[in-house]
Amino acid sequence: MPGHTVSFHPDDRYSAFLRTVAEAPCGEGKLGGIRVAVKDNISTAGIETTCASRILQGYIPPFDATVVKRLKREGAAIVGKTNMDEFGMGTTTENSAFGPTQNPVDPSRVPGGSSGGSAAAVAAGIVPLALGTDTGGSIRCPAAFCGIVGLKPTYGRVSRYGLIAYANSLEQIGPMAANVTDASLLFEVIAGHDPRDSTSLDCPYRHIPDPEIRGVKIGVPEEFFGEGVDPRVASVVWDAISLLERKGAEVITCRMPSMAYALAAYYVTCTSEASSNLARFDGVRYGPPADTKRPWHEAFQERRREGFGEEVRRRIMLGTFALSSGYYGKYYAKAQAARNNVRADFERLFREVDVLAGPTMPTVAFRFGEKSDPLSMYLSDILTVPANLAGVPAISVPCGKVERLPVGLQVMGRWMEDERVVDVAYAFEQGGSA
Amino acid sequence: MTVIVGLEIHCQLDTATKLFCGCSTDYRDDLPNSHVCPVCLGLPGSLPKVNRKAVEYALMVAKALNCEVPEESEFARKNYFYPDLDKGFQITQYDKPLAVWGYLDIEGDEGEKRVRITRVHMEEDPGRLVHKGGADRPKYTLVDYNRAGIPLIEIVTEPDLRSPKEARRFLNKLRATLEYLGVFDSEKEGSLRVDANISIKGSERVEVKNITSYKGVEKALTFEVTRQKNLIRRGQKIERETRHYLEARGVTQAGRSKEQEHDYRYFPEPDLRPLRVKSWLDNIVLPELPDARRERFMADYGCSLNHARTLTGELKLANCFEKVVASDKRGLSPLAATWIADTLIGELNYRDMNLDRIEPAAVTGLVLLLKAGTITDKSGVEVLRIMLDQQLKGEAAETPDAIVKRQNLAKTAGDTGAITAAIEEAINENPKALDDYRAGKGGALNFLVGQVMKKTRGKADPGELNRMLTEALKRREA
Ligand SMILES: [Zn+2]
Repeated sequence: MPGHTVSFHPDDRYSAFLRTVAEAPCGEGKLGGIRVAVKDNISTAGIETTCASRILQGYIPPFDATVVKRLKREGAAIVGKTNMDEFGMGTTTENSAFGPTQNPVDPSRVPGGSSGGSAAAVAAGIVPLALGTDTGGSIRCPAAFCGIVGLKPTYGRVSRYGLIAYANSLEQIGPMAANVTDASLLFEVIAGHDPRDSTSLDCPYRHIPDPEIRGVKIGVPEEFFGEGVDPRVASVVWDAISLLERKGAEVITCRMPSMAYALAAYYVTCTSEASSNLARFDGVRYGPPADTKRPWHEAFQERRREGFGEEVRRRIMLGTFALSSGYYGKYYAKAQAARNNVRADFERLFREVDVLAGPTMPTVAFRFGEKSDPLSMYLSDILTVPANLAGVPAISVPCGKVERLPVGLQVMGRWMEDERVVDVAYAFEQGGSA
Repeated sequence: MTVIVGLEIHCQLDTATKLFCGCSTDYRDDLPNSHVCPVCLGLPGSLPKVNRKAVEYALMVAKALNCEVPEESEFARKNYFYPDLDKGFQITQYDKPLAVWGYLDIEGDEGEKRVRITRVHMEEDPGRLVHKGGADRPKYTLVDYNRAGIPLIEIVTEPDLRSPKEARRFLNKLRATLEYLGVFDSEKEGSLRVDANISIKGSERVEVKNITSYKGVEKALTFEVTRQKNLIRRGQKIERETRHYLEARGVTQAGRSKEQEHDYRYFPEPDLRPLRVKSWLDNIVLPELPDARRERFMADYGCSLNHARTLTGELKLANCFEKVVASDKRGLSPLAATWIADTLIGELNYRDMNLDRIEPAAVTGLVLLLKAGTITDKSGVEVLRIMLDQQLKGEAAETPDAIVKRQNLAKTAGDTGAITAAIEEAINENPKALDDYRAGKGGALNFLVGQVMKKTRGKADPGELNRMLTEALKRREA
């Protein structure tokens, strides 16, 4: 249907969208005419893209991100930009400069973050597919909280060109959908090499999910059921793992000692990179201009103070500190060493098992305001950040409920074996019929 | 008091496109912000992609400067805020540069000298600020990002230079080397920028920034040497600081003290993979470089060391010389070397003209006339001046032959009548000179030669004229 459009007038009662496209162009292809929502940190030509930040208000990218080009090539209708934590910095979507998104399962709770808008849009049935981005769990966390499927691909499998960077070395764009099959289809459309992204890998994804998991070795790291993990969540996830075992998988418990410093390594790395990435927002080119009557170096500081939210300012300051001379060795360099340890841990475990499984999040969705202390919010990322540090694929698939609130099963795989994590998630989704 | 100088030289690599995007580098005559794209504007979401050609050029420089190229080098971010820096950081190289530990041989103050190169690395040029309404107190400032992303190499020397003149010589040699490699165009405005570290042995080091011309380096350093020596003589301490060179006034000025506190928070550029390009070196074949060409000019053309050095010190000059003598290498070389290295360069400099403005064929024509003895050296200079002035004024260019004909400059060989008449006239008009000559004053003969030359408009062969004039004077004595 080239030259056609689809109408989009959703009942966005959970505030999943920052803006929508009433008549969205679409075409023919694998996603012909299908409504797809795009997280607001992914550039869309002609559609305002703000990363849910005041500092980017009014910014209309002159170009499409590679993933958006690929969606359009397959006929998808880009119907709107979804809410998120400002620049991806958060686990609840409460850090959006334009107000929070509610969890469709329970509107008194957060949808998770940072891709909370995308998760809510899918969970509420407004769109079947959405793009999220995952820096330390930002796809998997909201997928788990809202009861949908979310995949963080192997680092490099999806082009980052057009993704407004928060932490370049950690983040990936990935699919979010109501079920594994749809997520797999969306992943197929966006994956593949992009010459514009030097970190992109030449490895397209063409895969039909296969529920056959007999003989697959599933490792379960003890640390994923350690302190801080809600026992009710742990129990639901163990049930899920038992189901996989019944379907023929071999379950092996194991240890992942590098988890002890994964979170610290993650926060040092992402804040360092962010402090540099966000330096370009200085009032010269984006958002309301800095006051031209004052010396520039004073005016731009004020512009940044007003334009960034509290959490973003906090992370910029943390990252600036971590990179400072005299501290670089203590923080950034150490974080990279820790990161290598995490990677080595995964490599060691993946010599013995095919995938690792555990909960996606230590708890179910928080109530609004529950994680007002930043540190307790950071701690909730503990189970998702290892996959980002190591660059390996990880998926979250709904696996049950605790008091009517969804719980996600996380499956992590070897580097470049995204197909395998999709299959294991699909096997679970297909249920215990075997 | 020993002077110690080290240089940091930034050169634009003459690639067709920018370092991390496909934008053209040929921006100088175009409107501001017309050579830009999401990447070089640093738009959110854009990603850099390394220009292979730029890496190749940088490796050519590394090889020509005899550097080691490590297995792996890395781009890094240098973070600082400035309106011309569109990303808020510059992509450069920090602790893993492209090349290390090389050298360049130059003609030093005390003969041949080896200047060690610490490192060669690649980086992107920032944009440019255009201040409107007065340079001192601009009303407002505009930003032009056409220059943003132009590939630069930074070449850092060890503190091996011992005088401003040596620094200048090093730069000239480096420029020639880069031009021979075909990776650098020294005539493009702003294509070279130099920071110099200078100290007097035993005292603190001062960094002089913002030198943008070859001559400026020598001037800035000379000023700084004098300033530092004077301070020491007066028993004052030299402070470790950064100073700026003010080209127009030829002085250096202390910078804001804050600049020394800059913390650039370098870290590896996460959007680019490490460079593993050592193996590319095997496929890089260097062209003939200045030293080799100098040796060849001496061996093949019989040039003197000085002429060979001058002629090969600039790529265009060397090419011009070889074109001029192409028809008769051995026969024309001695004349051509003198006329190009001495006379032509002098006349060009006097007019502030570029070598491009004169055709090698015209120089060949002139040299052939001189070689054949058709005109005197004096007429040769006149022909050259006429040719250059015609170029300067944009007039139609005449060939040397045509000029000689029109101006009637051919030597009056055999036409002794005209010379004899001019001699008689000159002696009659200057009785005082005749008296002086008789009194044995040496200057008188030269004076009269000059007078006769004037009358014959330089066409008389100097040897013949001398002989005839001496005879004429002897006759008068008798
Ligand atoms: Zn560009």
